[in-house]
Amino acid sequence: MNISARMIIVLTVVCLFSGLSLVFVNQCSKPQIEKNAVDTTQKAVYKVLPNVKNIEKVVSGETVIFKGFDKDGEHIGYAFVAEGNGYQGNIKIMVGISPELEKLIGIEILESVETPGLGAKITEDEFKCQFKGVSVSPEIAYVKGKEPEKPNEIETITGATISSKSVVKILNVSIEKVKEILKGKENRGEAKDE
Amino acid sequence: MSNVRLYMEFFKGFWKENPVFRQLLGMCPTLAVTTSVINGISMGLAMTFVLVSTSIVVSIIRKIVPNQVRIATFTIIIATFVTIADLFLKAKFPPISKELGPYVPLIVVNCIILGRQEAFAKKNPLHKSFLDALGMGFGFTLALVILGAIREFLGSGSILNFQILGGWFEPWVIMILPAGAFITLGFLIALMNVIDQRLRSAV
Repeated sequence: MNISARMIIVLTVVCLFSGLSLVFVNQCSKPQIEKNAVDTTQKAVYKVLPNVKNIEKVVSGETVIFKGFDKDGEHIGYAFVAEGNGYQGNIKIMVGISPELEKLIGIEILESVETPGLGAKITEDEFKCQFKGVSVSPEIAYVKGKEPEKPNEIETITGATISSKSVVKILNVSIEKVKEILKGKENRGEAKDE
Repeated sequence: MSNVRLYMEFFKGFWKENPVFRQLLGMCPTLAVTTSVINGISMGLAMTFVLVSTSIVVSIIRKIVPNQVRIATFTIIIATFVTIADLFLKAKFPPISKELGPYVPLIVVNCIILGRQEAFAKKNPLHKSFLDALGMGFGFTLALVILGAIREFLGSGSILNFQILGGWFEPWVIMILPAGAFITLGFLIALMNVIDQRLRSAV
C-alpha cells in the first residue's frame, strides 16, 4: 500500500480509539470529580463555622457566600472563599465570619504552595486558631515576635512573615469585598420590601 | 534458558538499567514530588500504569505503524493513558491528585516512557515488552520511594506521615526543598556506583 495512505489510516484509527476511550473515561469519572469538588468546599464550610447544621448559598457574581444556620435555624455566620497571592503562589482560604461581619469564627487554608516547613505552617492549627474570635474592625493587624495585645491582632510565624502577612492581607481585602456585597444585597432587599 | 532471559528483562529495570539512577531519565517528577514516601509511591504507580499500558499497545501495533509517524502515534497513545490515569486519580484519590498537581499530566512528556517505546516495545514481542515496562515502572517507583523516604525522614522526621523522630528533632527543612532532592539523588547515585565497582572488582 502507498506509504502516505498507510500513515493517514494508522494515525486516524489510533486517534479514533484514543478519542473514544477518553470520552468513555471522562463520562464515568465526571460526576465523581464534581462531587469531590463540592464536598471539599462544604467540608471546609462546616469546619470554619462549627455548630452549623444547614448552609444556604448566596451567590453574587464571582463570589460565592454561604450562609450558615445552627440546628434551631438561627443564623450564626457567613462563610466564603478568599483568594490572593502568597509568597510563592496562590493562597485560597475558607473564611467563617459572624453574622454582623465583626468577628472571625475560623479560617481554613484550602490551597497553598508556600515553602514547606516555613510558609506552609500557615496551614497548621497553631497559626489558624489565632484567627478565632479576631475582630475585623477596622481591619486585622499583625505583630511580629510578641504576643498580640489588641483584639484585632495576630502574631506572624517566625521565618514566614511574608506568608503570614499575605494571609492577613487576603482576609482584609476579601472581607471588605464581602461586606460591600452583603450591604448591597440588603439595600436591594429593603428597597424591594418598600 | 529463555526463562532466565525473561527474568532479566524484568529485573534489569531495578538495578542495571534503573531509569532514575542509571539512565538518569525522568528527573522532573523524580526531583519534584519526592517530598514524602506516599507521593513517591503514587507517582511511581501512575507512571507504571502508563508505561505498561503504552508498551502493550505499541508492541501489538508495532508492525503496522509506519516508521515516519511512529513518534506521533506513540505520543497519542501515551497522552490517552496519562489522561485516563489523571481522571482516575482525580475521581478516586482527590488528595493524592492535589498533592501531585501538574506532575501527573506531565507524564506525557516523560522521556522514560517514550524512551522505552523507542528502545524496546517497538522491536519486541508483547510478553517481553510487558515485562520490560513492568520492570522499568517498578524500578522507577522503587527509586522514588527511596528518595521520598530519605527526604521525608530527614525533612519531616516521619515515614508515611507516621512520626518517628520525637519533638527533639529539628527537621532539616532543606531536605523537602528542591535542593534536598538534588543532594539526595547525588549521594544515592554515588553509592550505587561504589557498590557496582566493588561488585565488578570482586568478579
